[in-house]
Amino acid sequence: MSELRFEGVSVRYGGHRHGLTAVDTVDLTVPEGRVVGLVGESGSGKSTLARAAVGLIPLTGGRILLGGQSVRRRRSRPPLQMVFQDPSSSLDPRMTIGDSIAEAVPRGRPGRRAEVIRLLELVGLSGDRARLYPAQLSGGQCQRVALARALAGDPRVIIADEITSALDVSIQGAVLNLVRDVQRELGLSVLFISHDLAVVRYVSDFIAVMYLGRIVEYGPADQVLARPRHPYTRELLAAVSEPVDPGDLDPALRAVADTEPADPHHPPPGCRYHPRCPMGPAVLDDRDICREHEPVPQGHPHLAACHFAAER
Amino acid sequence: MPSPGKSKWAGVLRTPVGVSAATLLAAVLLLAVVAPLLWSDEAAAVDTGQILRGPSAEHWMGTDGLGRDVFHRVLVATGLSVGLALLATAIGVLTGLLLGAAPILLGARAGRVVSAMVNIAVAFPGLLLALFFAVVFGVGASGAVLAIGFALAPAFARLTQTLVAKVSGLDYVAAARIAGLGRVRLLARHVLPNVAEPLVVNATVAAGSALLAFAGLSFLGLGVQAPAYDWGRLLADGLAGLYIHPAAALAPGTAVVVAGLAFNLFGEAIAKGVGLRSAPVVFRRRDRDEPVAPAPAGEDRRSVLAVENLRVTFPGGTAPVRGVSFALRRGESVGIVGESGSGKTLTALAVAQLIEEPGEVTADRLEFRGQPLHELPDRTRQQLLGTSFAMVFQDPMTSFNPTQRIGRQLAEVSEQHHGLGRRQALDRAIDRLQAVRVPAAARRAKQFPHEFSGGMRQRAMIGMGMMGSPALIVADEPTTALDVTVQRQVLRLLQSVRAADDVAILLISHDITVVRRFCERVLVMYAGRIVEDLPAADLPARARHPYTRALLAAVPDMSTELERPLAVIPGRPVDPARVPVGCAFAARCPFADEQCRGADPPLVADREGRRVACWHADVTGGRPMMAEEVRVGE
Ligand SMILES: Nc1ncnc2c1ncn2[C@@H]1O[C@H](COP(=O)(O)OP(=O)(O)O)[C@@H](O)[C@H]1O
Ligand code: SF4
Ligand code: SF4
Ligand SMILES: [Mg+2]
Repeated sequence: MSELRFEGVSVRYGGHRHGLTAVDTVDLTVPEGRVVGLVGESGSGKSTLARAAVGLIPLTGGRILLGGQSVRRRRSRPPLQMVFQDPSSSLDPRMTIGDSIAEAVPRGRPGRRAEVIRLLELVGLSGDRARLYPAQLSGGQCQRVALARALAGDPRVIIADEITSALDVSIQGAVLNLVRDVQRELGLSVLFISHDLAVVRYVSDFIAVMYLGRIVEYGPADQVLARPRHPYTRELLAAVSEPVDPGDLDPALRAVADTEPADPHHPPPGCRYHPRCPMGPAVLDDRDICREHEPVPQGHPHLAACHFAAER
Repeated sequence: MPSPGKSKWAGVLRTPVGVSAATLLAAVLLLAVVAPLLWSDEAAAVDTGQILRGPSAEHWMGTDGLGRDVFHRVLVATGLSVGLALLATAIGVLTGLLLGAAPILLGARAGRVVSAMVNIAVAFPGLLLALFFAVVFGVGASGAVLAIGFALAPAFARLTQTLVAKVSGLDYVAAARIAGLGRVRLLARHVLPNVAEPLVVNATVAAGSALLAFAGLSFLGLGVQAPAYDWGRLLADGLAGLYIHPAAALAPGTAVVVAGLAFNLFGEAIAKGVGLRSAPVVFRRRDRDEPVAPAPAGEDRRSVLAVENLRVTFPGGTAPVRGVSFALRRGESVGIVGESGSGKTLTALAVAQLIEEPGEVTADRLEFRGQPLHELPDRTRQQLLGTSFAMVFQDPMTSFNPTQRIGRQLAEVSEQHHGLGRRQALDRAIDRLQAVRVPAAARRAKQFPHEFSGGMRQRAMIGMGMMGSPALIVADEPTTALDVTVQRQVLRLLQSVRAADDVAILLISHDITVVRRFCERVLVMYAGRIVEDLPAADLPARARHPYTRALLAAVPDMSTELERPLAVIPGRPVDPARVPVGCAFAARCPFADEQCRGADPPLVADREGRRVACWHADVTGGRPMMAEEVRVGE
């Protein structure tokens, strides 16, 4: 079993007074062998969730289970691996790429060299590149190496955090193809994080939408895209698919459309999205509940955290 | 295979300062090793007949109180002086490394305690610390070595902390952690090698200071004790007879200075060589301090910008923009797309007259509102651009002065260009902030740039452009750093400015989906040329250039077919220093043939005014490029 499960996970940065809760009681499941895409604006807590999963940041609350077992009590062989955003900083510039990959191959395994070559070939690079340094490769090739390194530990789950955002557009496609191929071939579970909805749409079986530390919508990808239930998801979709017009809206809609993203240090009370919500109390006057009570995620398999998820 | 970085060190030796410092340092170190072996006897030979003599042919620097030769004593003392200084430096660096690496070795909590202690220690003056430790460790050479070593440690600890913190934040260290590497191995393998350069530089400089400090302690009698001697001791001895014969004090004094200088200069030279990598092109923000001039007369009412055969070249023959032609009319929105390095930004900067020496801009025609920008006198040109042209950059943080309030910075434009008074100008600034929908504009005008979020800064930047009455806004990746919803806010704002005031907008982006949603017309750039010019509505179906079609197929959008692999454009973008003959895209193009490799296709317009630069646009045209047509791999 390699289902990755976040149960009530919270992560807090900083002290009691000036800190902020970057991830707030998040429940999220990456089913075995599936890809869950996680979208949300920057600062919504996506990377924090990812880093908590691989143990780079301690949890403040909740637990993370892999195949039913806590990832904290894992043995030396890490079943969870991560690929990072920036190809130029994800590889040690002073190590050959072969050494970088070899380091991640579990110790005591025979035939390390052969393993490195096998991994390089798995990600579409020829084995004789092992002696090169990261500076001698393109950004896209570095991301392939980073993926090979992540695969070296035979992980069951891969967490990919914005892995195409720093790449030139002509190379993004190649990396996305590779992620899909490798995932299917090895049957990996993948948490695929991106701010780019089109990229997430292309690789994901399920989509989760995060806003200010909370998951506000989760469901099968086609359902979330075709029938989004949370107003924020609808905004995200509109922002990437509609032509940009001056938007001759009525004044109230105009005002919420121009509202600044909330400060994560002071999340709004009630529904965190309410100051920006085109269906919320700033636009419709019968919606005071949004200011006072935080909606809980509801629905299966397609859940949304909105008091008015049923309406459009 | 060479490790990156070696060549930098070799480069240091090619500068004049680097060579001199290295030679001097080598001489000092050589002397430190050989002098005690060769001349110890001469330096120790007592000659009671020649006590405290001045310089002579036999004794170049005279003799001391026992008639020993000062010159030889100074030479021999090099060994002890330099050796002890290096030892003290080594102690300082090692202690500093351990303290500085504490957060990694001990974990975050204990690390914080160590850092706090280090921060306190750094605040003490080094010499005071050295004196304190000298007393603690007792008088004598070993005491002095420890004293100076520990006095150096806090500074190194702080430096190490900073460097280590920076490197530890990088993803490859995180990746190694996830792979289960232990703390010590993490430090030795990934962290230390990547912070070594600045540490070595600082250690070299510190060795110079240690040398001076040591001389000081010995001079005060707290360091090396007789019968051993270093430069400090010799100085103290010589000073006693300063009035009889100054050479005995001057010689060791000079030695201290020269050796200290050798270390310092060498350290500085490496720092320069390692740190100052080439920054050949410097762009200057347009100077807004030009006085008011009368508005230009006799312009074509609808034409805003006309560019023909625009070239931007740099010395050495690189031409990142190679003959670009396009035009904008009032109220039009045109987008430029292309990969990084294709020349988009340089084109914009050339239009804005922001290319600095040694870059050079040439054009057959470069007219803004009917005025030839190239031929106008500086004053008139700046006045023209200052009132009716605005530019928005990707990172508005660098476009604002961080020390001035936003409102003031906007107001300044009107004080300079429109002759408004201070009060009026500020009122207009607030009015413009309102126009770009900055909430609570009057209050926010009093804030500093860092108090604005990214999207708000971008609005303020657009507001600054609207202090005059712009005819053209050039926006270079204005939304790349922003989230999609904020991106839409900013693009909508630009759209409404365009609609309300008939402003032309040139939007530059690497993201063809953004340009497609915003613009009426799209220019596709590749390797410094426009390769296609077509109405946005024609995308994707009617794109004719193989590069345009490959771009569209390589980037997923909301309608990309999920079951097909994305197209891959093989190879890399063209390096502007090495543009091939023939079509620049030929190496990556699935349709390239001999004709393509032999001659660069001209940009040709069809009957509808759509332009394309490809020999085979019509052969392959009309049909969207399939993934199978492009080779897989990079
Ligand atoms: N090391 C840190 N210390 C304090 N705050 C942090 C740290 N890292 C991230 N944050 C804050 O936590 C929030 C979530 O950040 P992050 O997880 O990086 O979001 P995302 O990946 O969705 O962009 C943001 O407000 C961010 O500023
Ligand atoms: S709960 Fe209210 S404010 Fe929140 S998303 Fe739903 S409608 Fe909008
Ligand atoms: S001219 Fe030839 S090489 Fe260039 S884009 Fe057209 S078909 Fe390809
Ligand atoms: Mg992130």
